[in-house]
Amino acid sequence: MRGADFALAPGEVHALVGENGAGKSTLMHIAYGMVAPDAGSILVDGRAVKLASPRDARALRIGMVHQHFTSIGGLTVGENIALAAGRLDGWTAGVVGQRLLEGIDLDAPVEALPVAQRQRLEILKALATGAKILLLDEPTAVLAPAEVDELFALVRELVQAGGAVALITHKLPEVLAVSDRVTVLRRGMVTLHGATQEQTDQSLAQAMIGDAAAGNKEQATGDRQQTSRSGQQATVRIHNIELHAGELVGVAAVEGNGHRELLRAIAGLGPLPGVQVAGRVAFVPEDRSTEGLIPAMSITENMVLGLGDDPRWARGTRLDWSAARVRTGELLEGFGIVAPGPDVPTGTLSGGNQQKVVLARALERHPTLLVLENPTRGLDARTTGEMHRRLREAANTGVTVIVYSTDLDEVLELAERVLVVWKGEVREGPTGADRRAVGAMMLGVEPRER
Amino acid sequence: MSPPAGRALFTGFVAVAIGFVVLAAGLSLGGYDPVLSLGALWRGAFGSWYALTSATLVRAVPLIILGLGVALAFRAGVFNIGADGQFYAGAIAAAWIGVRVAAWPSVAAIGAVLIAAVIAGMLWIAIPVLLKIRFGVLEVISTLLLNFVAEAMVSYAVTGPMQETKGIYPQSDAIALVARLPGPQGTRLHAGFLIALFLAVLLWLLFTRTAWGFRLRAVGLGPLAAEVSGRIPTRRVVAMALVWSGALAGLGGGVEISGVTYALFQNLSPGYGFTAIAVALLARLHPLGVILTGLLFGALEAGAQGMQREAGVPAVAVQVTEAVVILVIVLAEALTRRVGVGSWGLGNRRAPAEER
Repeated sequence: MRGADFALAPGEVHALVGENGAGKSTLMHIAYGMVAPDAGSILVDGRAVKLASPRDARALRIGMVHQHFTSIGGLTVGENIALAAGRLDGWTAGVVGQRLLEGIDLDAPVEALPVAQRQRLEILKALATGAKILLLDEPTAVLAPAEVDELFALVRELVQAGGAVALITHKLPEVLAVSDRVTVLRRGMVTLHGATQEQTDQSLAQAMIGDAAAGNKEQATGDRQQTSRSGQQATVRIHNIELHAGELVGVAAVEGNGHRELLRAIAGLGPLPGVQVAGRVAFVPEDRSTEGLIPAMSITENMVLGLGDDPRWARGTRLDWSAARVRTGELLEGFGIVAPGPDVPTGTLSGGNQQKVVLARALERHPTLLVLENPTRGLDARTTGEMHRRLREAANTGVTVIVYSTDLDEVLELAERVLVVWKGEVREGPTGADRRAVGAMMLGVEPRER
Repeated sequence: MSPPAGRALFTGFVAVAIGFVVLAAGLSLGGYDPVLSLGALWRGAFGSWYALTSATLVRAVPLIILGLGVALAFRAGVFNIGADGQFYAGAIAAAWIGVRVAAWPSVAAIGAVLIAAVIAGMLWIAIPVLLKIRFGVLEVISTLLLNFVAEAMVSYAVTGPMQETKGIYPQSDAIALVARLPGPQGTRLHAGFLIALFLAVLLWLLFTRTAWGFRLRAVGLGPLAAEVSGRIPTRRVVAMALVWSGALAGLGGGVEISGVTYALFQNLSPGYGFTAIAVALLARLHPLGVILTGLLFGALEAGAQGMQREAGVPAVAVQVTEAVVILVIVLAEALTRRVGVGSWGLGNRRAPAEER
């Protein structure tokens, strides 16, 4: 952080946006007492306060909902709330508590809840500590469009009841839809601050990225080659749906409908009836820090992890680390990965660079079939654009690319064909289907044309 | 790898120094002369050629071999707390074979004794491995509890089926002369020390140079990534790591019989399997580091005997020192992890999803 002011007034939703590493989370962590500021002050109700820990913040009725869920899976909803609760008074329980609790079984174990309900539980827990000032760190990352709307309705209710909400997000449409004021951070500094009404997604993107390149969407280009570099093609058949070489296929689904199982079956990680796959598969799993990479291992080691018995460094049972290190260095360069070198632990890289490592490794396999789960989750606009370009490039060289994204807009922007998974059933969206049509299919509505 | 290794050595030295300061303070509080006592400790460990070779090095051999076994399992992310039990299983097998090979050539006799010990160690740990794979029983508990079973088995063996032919003492007959590990004249040192050094180097090469070692470390540091991104059969790797861990601990028992005691008796191990955990952790699971820490703890325990003889200080005092050393290391580790560096190599168990 290099000096950034952020003011939150009662009764308002204040969006905080910026690219990865712009300092959004850090700023909120300071406000929640998790990180001590080197300089500057924190004022609550006009009084300067010192926050040594989140406990101090909670005493001042500040609550935070983290990007990652913090509930205990083995305990019930009620137990989790009781654990978090320091204070339960009329404001919390009366105004919004009941509304939040709609449809949630207090006695259900948390691990059995769908993602959207776990998200609501996180907010409920923050309210149960008596919070009137809520800091939400990317709460929509895991939600389907309808669930996002529901969340925002709740947020509005909270502020109407006199609360204040700070909302961290990358998604500009969300900023425009729900916030009253907006602050844009870039590299630790405020580059824009003002009423949301006066902003457009162009002006926000400009402030986030800082150059004229903002907002340019890359277009799919080039003639399609029908064969991959190796001249081989992948074949994928899901029941009666057949996918072809060089296709960029999007998968859309509401969390918990079996898309995860489908993708992993295609990636060869588990059988699923009706799914037949042949080809050289590369898989980019959703959670890069637990499934994609081993944070404590070096970039080179993580490359070798995913590339296995590559003859360039696997000599029988021996591993030639210097050969692997050289190739890793080349990949870091080729993919523009910002890292001190191939020997640093991947855990020290930023999220975007970690994801680039995972993608570089996947492409290094020279796959004929590339399967990706939420490949741009948590990435900033620039890195997301780069990921998309790489995926299109891969498809153009004849790779079958299958992408699932929680962000329906991303699926629609990227994919030529859209598969919708609903209650374990896979159906293909009609050509040229728009957001509304696919969104309806995600909730089980039959597509009109076939 | 070199900056963390340098820091590890530094914290190690600091921890040992603090351990000795605490020991000295405790000794003077307890009314002992700290200078005399610590001098006795030094003389007991390094004071003479005999002390070095026949006390320190002899003590270090089982600590190094068992320490390697513990480190092997820990590297794969599983906890073998039962090295003591596997040591006993190996010792029983070694003593049993050792009295039956008198007519064999020496190389074959020693080989048979040690191989029997290895197999016994593997079989003994196979129980927790099967329990873990079939029923998800935590290996920490099953390996720990089987220590007591193994101890009881030794008691039964030396008072029953394997008791010496004279039938007086609760111990087995001495193994055949040909089954004994050779050593330099006039000392108690034996070839088991070379075996320990060889195994440490071998394990280090396996960890750093082979796909086998890499997969094992990957499973230990990131089991999910190993499975999803590395397509490594993690359960098999974990089972294999435990089995080889047991093999090493069993071998430790065989080497003790064949190189030092020549016979099986109760309390053959003064808790080698537990000290081995400290040896492995202090070495940060590094096989070559295990040589150093094994020697350190061997020297401490040899010195403890000297201190008891010369200054009348109970040998337990040294165990307190060992405990202080471990606590300082763990504390230093926790503090460095707070500022975001360092790892025990136990990875996933200690460092949750705070990365990002």
